[in-house]
Amino acid sequence: MMAKEMREPIETGCPDAFQYMHPVMRKNYGMWKFHEHPRPGVLRHVAYSGDEIWTVRAGTQRILDLYTLRKLCDIGDQFADGFVHFTIRSNIEYMVADGSKVDGLIKAIEDAGFIVGGTKNSVTMISHTQGWLHCDIPGTDASGVVKSMMDELIDEFRECNMPNRVHITTSCCQINCGGQGDIAINVQHTKPPKINHDLVGNICERPSVVARCPVAAIRPAMVNGKPSLEVDEKKCICCGACFPPCPPMQINDAEHTKLAIWVGGNHSNARGKPTFQKLVAAGIPNNPPRWPEATALVKRILKAYKEGARDWERVGEWVERIGWSRFFEEVELPFTKYHIDNWRGARKSFNASNHIRF
Amino acid sequence: MAIEKHHTPMIDQLESGPWPSFITGIKRMRDEHPDGRINEVVNDLLGQLEHSYETRKGYWKGGTVSVYGYGGGIIPRFSEVAKAFPKSKEFHTIRVQPPAGNHYTTGMLRQLADSWEKFGSGLVTFHGQTGNIMFIGTDTQRTQDFFDDINDYGWDLGGAGPCVRTAMSCVGAARCEMSCVNEQKAHRLLVNNFTDDVHRPALPYKFKFKVSGCGNDCQNAIERADFAVIGTWRDDMKVDQEEFKKYVAEKGRQHVMDNIITRCPTQALALNDDDSLKVNNRDCVRCMHCLNVVPKALHPGDDKGVTICIGGKRTLKIGDLMGTVVVPFKKLETEEDWESLVEMAEEIIEFWAENALEHERCGEMIERIGLVNFLEGIGIEPDANMVNEPRQSSYVRMDGWDEAAEAYFARKAEA
Ligand code: HEM
Ligand code: SF4
Ligand code: SF4
Ligand code: SF4
Ligand code: SF4
Repeated sequence: MMAKEMREPIETGCPDAFQYMHPVMRKNYGMWKFHEHPRPGVLRHVAYSGDEIWTVRAGTQRILDLYTLRKLCDIGDQFADGFVHFTIRSNIEYMVADGSKVDGLIKAIEDAGFIVGGTKNSVTMISHTQGWLHCDIPGTDASGVVKSMMDELIDEFRECNMPNRVHITTSCCQINCGGQGDIAINVQHTKPPKINHDLVGNICERPSVVARCPVAAIRPAMVNGKPSLEVDEKKCICCGACFPPCPPMQINDAEHTKLAIWVGGNHSNARGKPTFQKLVAAGIPNNPPRWPEATALVKRILKAYKEGARDWERVGEWVERIGWSRFFEEVELPFTKYHIDNWRGARKSFNASNHIRF
Repeated sequence: MAIEKHHTPMIDQLESGPWPSFITGIKRMRDEHPDGRINEVVNDLLGQLEHSYETRKGYWKGGTVSVYGYGGGIIPRFSEVAKAFPKSKEFHTIRVQPPAGNHYTTGMLRQLADSWEKFGSGLVTFHGQTGNIMFIGTDTQRTQDFFDDINDYGWDLGGAGPCVRTAMSCVGAARCEMSCVNEQKAHRLLVNNFTDDVHRPALPYKFKFKVSGCGNDCQNAIERADFAVIGTWRDDMKVDQEEFKKYVAEKGRQHVMDNIITRCPTQALALNDDDSLKVNNRDCVRCMHCLNVVPKALHPGDDKGVTICIGGKRTLKIGDLMGTVVVPFKKLETEEDWESLVEMAEEIIEFWAENALEHERCGEMIERIGLVNFLEGIGIEPDANMVNEPRQSSYVRMDGWDEAAEAYFARKAEA
């Protein structure tokens, strides 16, 4: 066989979107006046020109196979002049200029098995990462956790019954690619890495692994006459950062890799400044294939939020108003020494007042 | 030829329930696709995934795979259990840069699907959290073939490794009345200026650009981008008083007090006796709350621009960091404005590339060397909007105080 002739790549970078944009959006670019929310899953935007565009948003399985992708394209061809848009949370959006097409579009989406919703005060699609399907360091499977949870949160996706929008994220290791969330379900390792000393010397660039550890728990060492690494297990915080550059430092463990739940992450500036998520629950079993314990907890938090929060309060704002001590009571979760931060800047999180709720 | 399907009782359970199932989709590629190569690859992928579910462990390891001429853009995956699942032994992900704002025609999606059908597993994600289209699962040779195919009709790889990563921008001006900046222009100008740094990883670590058109920050720029561009305005917000009064009439004064007036973080709002809205624009911090509640009546002003925040990132290694305000307001109107945005990004990346430790994000470097040294390094003067409050610690040398004060007044006089 002839070797393929190599050619230099054409370095086009990020493509111009105007060629793929719905013509009504292209025409009114930067000239939109207001929007309305006629029903869950549907947005109506009106431009200063008087033009309007209706958007129907739908949730999918995120990991798309070609059949599903083409099915999504068929719907776009049939109803939306062949234009689609994706949101940051992997929802697909179809745009139509004519509002009378919306009902037919919704029916086609639902008949094809996708879920219309995810707008306004809904629990929208969980943003997630790769998991066992594809990452090299995952402690759990993001797609499976998300599928299991969305099965149970589907009504919250379809309706807009929450006090404000709810963004849930999942991440399959503590690196937390999934992002900050109103509720975040993340892997939490609970045991230091198990080291396969026979392999370290061959595979790992030892100085860079030592440099990676955030608490300086790793030292170079000779083990069984071979160069390897050792971990001061008392210092180790089980973050897993040494595992990607040095796979023989196995951090994932069938039993001791757990899930933890964090709440109150919010990147919007609305009302308050953006906030990071805070730990509320840990030690949750990493229990495939349906992760029922994690889902039950998420539902408990959502229920308390829905009952207790005022309109427009995000999860974190609600907790700040009622106070963390009441939050732990409301969701019937224990408050432990592990909830008290001991990382850099921890003192900022301590209460230096007698602001106390009884 | 019929393939011997792996027994997958655990992941089969993910086919029940009303939410669309990725397992059902993947199985169709195994069972119904006419290409035997795809059937076999996907069968072994499912087998390995079931094995992960049984043992609660992942079995992919990285490596180095790239296309000719590039150093990054592929996430290499080699199976550690290839003996049992040989057909998905190599299962690399190809990161492809989406159009700014994630707009597509179905024609384009179909063309990409056809290429992926020829060379890949048939699994794809729109989009990964870094912003790329992720074509999941092919071997080393076909990685090149697929890239050549899609590169011919205009698509390019995204970043992976220590490089400038794929950027993200919100739908913004294309459909959103809150947009204060041409997000797509900002996105493409910035990231495409660094194309070489996207494809040839040679920086201390990753560097991400994200663009959001307003403070709602739909792209999560402030938390997840080294260089966040966030739209804002500096003149008066626009109020359509007739629309506002209609809203009050519809919802009642109590609702308006509870949900708008008292929710303004800076107490910049009041309800007039005639149900019109009074805005103290000097106190408004453009948080977007009131505009979100009554998008029909309230709009950003005309003097639009952006705030630039530098150094957002997730935990490793020193803890989560939000981007810090480095430019409180920047007009993006004339070509010079746009050029200076790109120059600032160049300045920052260059300074970071020279001063960061290996594997140190820009925000971590700022934390280590101090914001003042960073500002001096990139030639930006301090501004009270960069901090929540001035310093508390008295341990500081201040022998340059007089010059600094003079410089401040000189700048003020010039502005
Ligand atoms: C070998 C190591 C790593 C691998 C294989 C890896 C892989 C990935 C992948 C696949 C994604 C996209 C996830 C998705 O959307 O499906 C991602 C995103 C991300 N990764 Fe990593 N990652 C690694 C190391 C890290 C480290 C060390 C950090 C942080 C210190 C990190 C932070 C992130 C963040 C924050 C995102 C989300 C990006 C965003 O929202 O802009 N990753 N990573
Ligand atoms: S969260 Fe961790 S395991 Fe999951 S995709 Fe990101 S790096 Fe991989
Ligand atoms: S798991 Fe984290 S803390 Fe423990 S040794 Fe590895 S890098 Fe250090
Ligand atoms: S960030 Fe602002 S401008 Fe962009 S889509 Fe969100 S609300 Fe609209
Ligand atoms: S945008 Fe925010 S700060 Fe400004 S007036 Fe409205 S609520 Fe107040």
